[in-house]
Amino acid sequence: MGKRIGMEVSLMVSEAVKLADVDVIAAYPITPQTHIVEHLSELVADGHLNAEYICVESEHSAMSACAGSSAAGARTYTATSSQGLQLMSELLYVVSAMRMPIVMTVVNRTLSAPLSIWNDQSDIMANRDCGWIMIFAENGQESFDQTLCAFRIAEDRRVLLPVAVNMDGFILSHVIEPYQTVEEEIVEKFLPPFDPLYTLHPDRPVTMGAFAMPELFAETKMAHEIAIRDSYAVIREVWDHWGELTGRRYEPVEEYMTEGADTVFVTIGSYGELGMDVVDRLRAAGKKVGLVKIRLFRPFPYRDILNSLTKFENLLIVDRALSVGGVGGPLASEIKTALYRLEKRPNVFSFIAGLSGRDVPPEKFIEMYEEAMEGLKKNQWDEFTMVGVRQ
Amino acid sequence: MPKPMEEYRVEDLNPGCVIDEPGNAVVYHTGNWKSQRPVWNEQKCIKCGVCWNFCPDNAIMRKEGGYFVADYEYCKGCGICAHECITQCITMVEEVV
Repeated sequence: MGKRIGMEVSLMVSEAVKLADVDVIAAYPITPQTHIVEHLSELVADGHLNAEYICVESEHSAMSACAGSSAAGARTYTATSSQGLQLMSELLYVVSAMRMPIVMTVVNRTLSAPLSIWNDQSDIMANRDCGWIMIFAENGQESFDQTLCAFRIAEDRRVLLPVAVNMDGFILSHVIEPYQTVEEEIVEKFLPPFDPLYTLHPDRPVTMGAFAMPELFAETKMAHEIAIRDSYAVIREVWDHWGELTGRRYEPVEEYMTEGADTVFVTIGSYGELGMDVVDRLRAAGKKVGLVKIRLFRPFPYRDILNSLTKFENLLIVDRALSVGGVGGPLASEIKTALYRLEKRPNVFSFIAGLSGRDVPPEKFIEMYEEAMEGLKKNQWDEFTMVGVRQ
Repeated sequence: MPKPMEEYRVEDLNPGCVIDEPGNAVVYHTGNWKSQRPVWNEQKCIKCGVCWNFCPDNAIMRKEGGYFVADYEYCKGCGICAHECITQCITMVEEVV
């Protein structure tokens, strides 16, 4: 087992990309993703990573360059945030439908306007139907681990899909956390060289990204849908293998202190860490509260979510994005959809908190709990609540 | 060779809809898109082959006697041949169904 040291989480992600021995990085710097690509460009410039670093003029070009390099058979990486992801949006759909195993770190940041550089998950949630596998890391070590796992998942011949590893901007990206290094021999065992199914090569000419008439298009979408559904089994297999090698095990949906709980917080991303702290406090006060953490967002793990959440009476779902004009938070909407066909459904309280980096201390979670309990007493609560909003 | 698009099922598609058989567009008769067709006036044609050279779909052939003709199964009616023709012997004629 490697050393345990302190490191900024962005640098951990760069180290994971280096260990994955990528061939091409095409990226454009944007806050709060900057430290990842800055460090990668240094690693390439100083000869520590034998890769092509393509300094493009926009994120649209970054993902376009990634498409070209992946088509040529290169292991390809990029990272972005917020407006950068939005500028990429067109290509996100293209590379997933073309089944290109690109790995991208999305350092989650809100979307303008008003202009803001701080964290929430509006960026990835705006692109949640783009056909990528989407994983949300909870802490620094996991950001590192999931980056390496992402290459293995993406490039598996049974998957061949791009993977976005999400980590909350600043809350994770700019914080120094404990980091357990992983030896190169372990990574070599875990991540074989990229062996693409198709490449652009004159010896075996192929057409990629061809045109389809309406009489074929629906079939292509269904094929994509089946591919991402089926990736679920491979994701679990890869996480299990990583667990065997490093002792760090990951599940699509994880529970904390749910034994005997009647009420659970449901979180995604770095809220999981906060949630554990809050649950400890509420348990100490004698409340039967637990936590359910969603790690995998696409493919959406319906079965795991039903297996877990149907054990509880009340769900307090905490989103870090608002579906404006919709019904609150994207995570809550998905979970409500999953619960619809059940005869007996838990009560769902949807909270939207921490938009644009608004601080969410443990007390805010406790307020959410109290508000939900109050609502239960009156048997009346809103479809969703914007936590702490002044109006 | 490929099938007509409406005969493909989900399981027939390669990952990413990659087409791994070169030149199979020949089975798709894209000529039925056109709204105009090129017609040659052989009185003015000097048999130079500029039309044949510029056709983006390789839909123009040299026939016996050295004059040129389009294969209307594949000619999309783009009009590049008429535009490039040195003696302006090609006219784009409205396609009438």
